Amino acid sequence: MAAVRRVVLDILKPHKPNALEFARVLAEQGPGYRVSVTVEGVDARTESIVVVVHGEDIDFDAIEAAIRDIGGALQSIDEVEVVGGGT
Amino acid sequence: MRALWRRMQFLAALSQAQHIGRRYFVTNGFDGALAQLGPCMGFFVSGDVRLGTVINACIGAGVALGVSGVSSTDVSEAAERRRELQDLEAAMVASLEASAHARASRYLPVMVALVSGAAPLLVSLCILLPLWAAAAGLPLPLRPLEAAILAAFAVIFLLGAFLGRIAGTFWLWMALRTLVIALVTALVVFWVGHR
Repeated sequence: MAAVRRVVLDILKPHKPNALEFARVLAEQGPGYRVSVTVEGVDARTESIVVVVHGEDIDFDAIEAAIRDIGGALQSIDEVEVVGGGT
Repeated sequence: MRALWRRMQFLAALSQAQHIGRRYFVTNGFDGALAQLGPCMGFFVSGDVRLGTVINACIGAGVALGVSGVSSTDVSEAAERRRELQDLEAAMVASLEASAHARASRYLPVMVALVSGAAPLLVSLCILLPLWAAAAGLPLPLRPLEAAILAAFAVIFLLGAFLGRIAGTFWLWMALRTLVIALVTALVVFWVGHR
């Protein structure tokens, strides 16, 4: 089965939780996940951020649910890196 | 259990519950202390009043303040949080009903209301301690009402010191300011009682 190794996500989120807490929550969704967050724009109530998640086998559904749970709205999936499991 | 605690902390941070709760604690605690100081001074001025009457009147005031703190804070904070959530949803152009923000807006009013109600009740109980001690027959260095008035001044001084620490200013300055307010209150009650 193909494994998702990297995803780049465009997200709109409220100011709270901040980027650090946001990254921490996403990183807790799976073992060995590495998450980086870049704030692209700040509005009066919201922030546009780009999130990059690295992992051996990323559970995208869990990531998406976690984003929703902490108040984020997934705008687009900008990049993905998937490794095929076939022989 | 640890996960639940972390989750509660996350929701509290999200909604700034600690700041809001602290503000209510000090405000309502101060209300509670002054509301006890008033009747204590009134009874002191009146002279010969049964200790049981004083205790019942002060407990009544404390309980009423506690209930008022819980109910008024719950109603006002719930409305405030609901509006804040709606504003945030408008800015996000998305529903946040399933998010931590919605959960925080439901739990925050309850948590803050409990703090808001507990503050005047606890403060009242502290001020009433000398009266209970006297009623139980414990020896006091002062007369019961004088001791209760002194306890009220002490609690108000401590609340002021706490405020000073929060504000990052010199704690003694703030403590003295609140103490002056209490003294003025006591003097007004004393003056009215002696007219």
